[in-house]
Amino acid sequence: MLRSFIHARALWVSLLAFGLMSAQAQVTITYWQYDFKSKIEAIDELIKRFEAANPGIKVVHQTFPYDAYQQKVGSSIPAGQGPDVVNLFYGWLPTWVKAGYLVPLPESLINPKQIDSEFVSMAQSAKIDGKYYGLPTAVRSLALFYNKDLFQQAGIGKPPKTWAEFIEAGKKLTVKQGDRYTQIGYGISPDGQDHHLVREVLLRQMGGRPYSDDGRKVLFGGPEGLKAFTMYTDWVKKHGIGIPNFFPGNNGYRDGFIAGKIGMIIDGSFAIGTIRSGAKFNWGVAELPLEKAGGRKANFGSFWLHGITPLAKGPKLEASVKFLNFITSAEAQRYWLEKVGELPARKELIKDPKLSLDPVYGPFILSLSYAKATPFVDEAAQRTVIVNAINRVLLQNMDPAQSWKMAAEEEQKILDGFYK
Amino acid sequence: MKRFQLSLAAREALWAYTFLLIPLAFFLFIRIWPAFQALWLSLYDWNADPSKRVFVGLEHYAQMAQDPLLARSLRNTLLYTLIGVPAQLVLGLGIALLLNAVTRERLRDVFRAIYFAPYVTPAVAVAWVFSWMLSANFGVVNELLRLLGLPAQDFLRNPSLALPTVTAVVVWQNLGFQVVLFLAGLQNIPRDYYEAARIDGADDWRLFRHITLPLLNPVMVFSAVIGTIGFLQLFTQVVNLSFTDQGGPLHSTLTVALYIYQQAFGRFDLGYAAAITVLLFGIILLITLVQLRLLSRRVEY
Repeated sequence: MLRSFIHARALWVSLLAFGLMSAQAQVTITYWQYDFKSKIEAIDELIKRFEAANPGIKVVHQTFPYDAYQQKVGSSIPAGQGPDVVNLFYGWLPTWVKAGYLVPLPESLINPKQIDSEFVSMAQSAKIDGKYYGLPTAVRSLALFYNKDLFQQAGIGKPPKTWAEFIEAGKKLTVKQGDRYTQIGYGISPDGQDHHLVREVLLRQMGGRPYSDDGRKVLFGGPEGLKAFTMYTDWVKKHGIGIPNFFPGNNGYRDGFIAGKIGMIIDGSFAIGTIRSGAKFNWGVAELPLEKAGGRKANFGSFWLHGITPLAKGPKLEASVKFLNFITSAEAQRYWLEKVGELPARKELIKDPKLSLDPVYGPFILSLSYAKATPFVDEAAQRTVIVNAINRVLLQNMDPAQSWKMAAEEEQKILDGFYK
Repeated sequence: MKRFQLSLAAREALWAYTFLLIPLAFFLFIRIWPAFQALWLSLYDWNADPSKRVFVGLEHYAQMAQDPLLARSLRNTLLYTLIGVPAQLVLGLGIALLLNAVTRERLRDVFRAIYFAPYVTPAVAVAWVFSWMLSANFGVVNELLRLLGLPAQDFLRNPSLALPTVTAVVVWQNLGFQVVLFLAGLQNIPRDYYEAARIDGADDWRLFRHITLPLLNPVMVFSAVIGTIGFLQLFTQVVNLSFTDQGGPLHSTLTVALYIYQQAFGRFDLGYAAAITVLLFGIILLITLVQLRLLSRRVEY
């Protein structure tokens, strides 16, 4: 604490001295993101390229552990220190904007119409009241990871195309000894990606939609939603193809898959790197199963965006916009895909057939065209609503209909509270 | 010209005050000043820009009255304290008594070090290891239950077991500290008292009841007060034992401190978070005063 204070002080003093010496010739801006090795290396490289192209601008890159990240941002910006350009999850956007941590991208420097047409449609979730508050470099979607070796052992030829096939495969992959599971078919994880799966994927596949167009009314409480929700909880209650928390820990479902104890998981494209370096078996990726062959497709898309904080003023604002434009440019996005493995946010890059035919990236890329991002107003609270709805059924044996109704009411309250 | 001369005592006092100024400044500016700022903050709607903070008066305090999650977190925190503090005191005293009966000093030190080890282990590492030990499928704890012919329990995921389980982990971790405190207290009791009582014909229970317990009273008070404050501020273990569903399952382990953190840094509602902080401060102050009043009564030996 004290050390970081002295650090910040020393930095500030030196920046001030530096600023006075070089007068207006040099602008220094600060970029913050959370600690993730490949992302840090990627941004360092992009900063090098950016500084070479813009000799008047210097970019300071700082990172913090993921769990301390929002806390750092929350306390630093009001103290007048911290990032000019900041990386954030799109679901945090409404709370950050409401609390004054971001400024809209100046329309004189970034044309919103151009963004609408050049970026994948989910990027529009970065818009509040018609104004963009940031841009993504990369986006993510969900797909089914499956263990090819376990599939072969269980005599399953191909990844499931429908949820019925998924359940069949899941049953064959589940191994029990007495009352204990030694292997499970599906790495069920309500607080992993499954809360998205229920609300964004299954619900839409059943023909429903989660919210009204203006985002103020909860619609998932209807019959399609209940059907989706019941189908999901039945995987545990009726079919027994998985149990939550099979592997403990932050990402137990993914760890269990990597350990070869889980046949299938549904995860985001951001998991590719971890699985690739961890899994010691043959694995594959498939587009998410459908309700029936030829049925409606749906997927959940999400992204981290780069926003600009109120600390960026005058020449710093201009430099920040330049930097933001650079790290979201096509060039940067192509590099990001190679380096980090996340999917580009620009349409032109996604159309590249080389990408959509790739056995690993392909299913994610194909899903992007129909992926939707949940319009969160309070990501943490809205996630908890769905996680709790699932837990009430799985842990407390509540009737799914009652639990789902409660969830819709709780979430409506959150929306009403935000829009009051 | 006569030189101005301070007496030795005065000079020593001056030095003492000079050195005391440093911790004083620390407490004033790092501890007390922010506490007042929190009070002030609780009257405003938060914005990163101070000029855009809207004065809302006592609105956040009214909001607290209608917040079911806050009520839940208060209830949970109270439960943690009511289960944890007595358990910690009794176990700590029990182990200290056993250790005190060990006459080989070397051996006693070894035991003491073993019991103290959890206290200096980072809470995050403890949480991580325990989440595996308590796992329904792979956990060693369930393996033991199985040997006893008992059904497996999902300790951390069962909403009615999660809170006692977290409490047990915290008590286990704090135990070493309690043991060391009680052991020091026990060793400060002069042997003569016991010997005199023995000659008078007192049995072990009476020795414990009329000599050990009363003379340990100051340690008990300290231990109970510190323990209570610790449980009222419980945060790290709760966060890390259920990392992706913090305070879960179904809010069964949510604490006030965690709820404050979520309000402040999950949704940047620092005004409301500050108001709850003021509430928690009031509760801790009240409980501590009551405890000091009740526990540190004068004891007749």
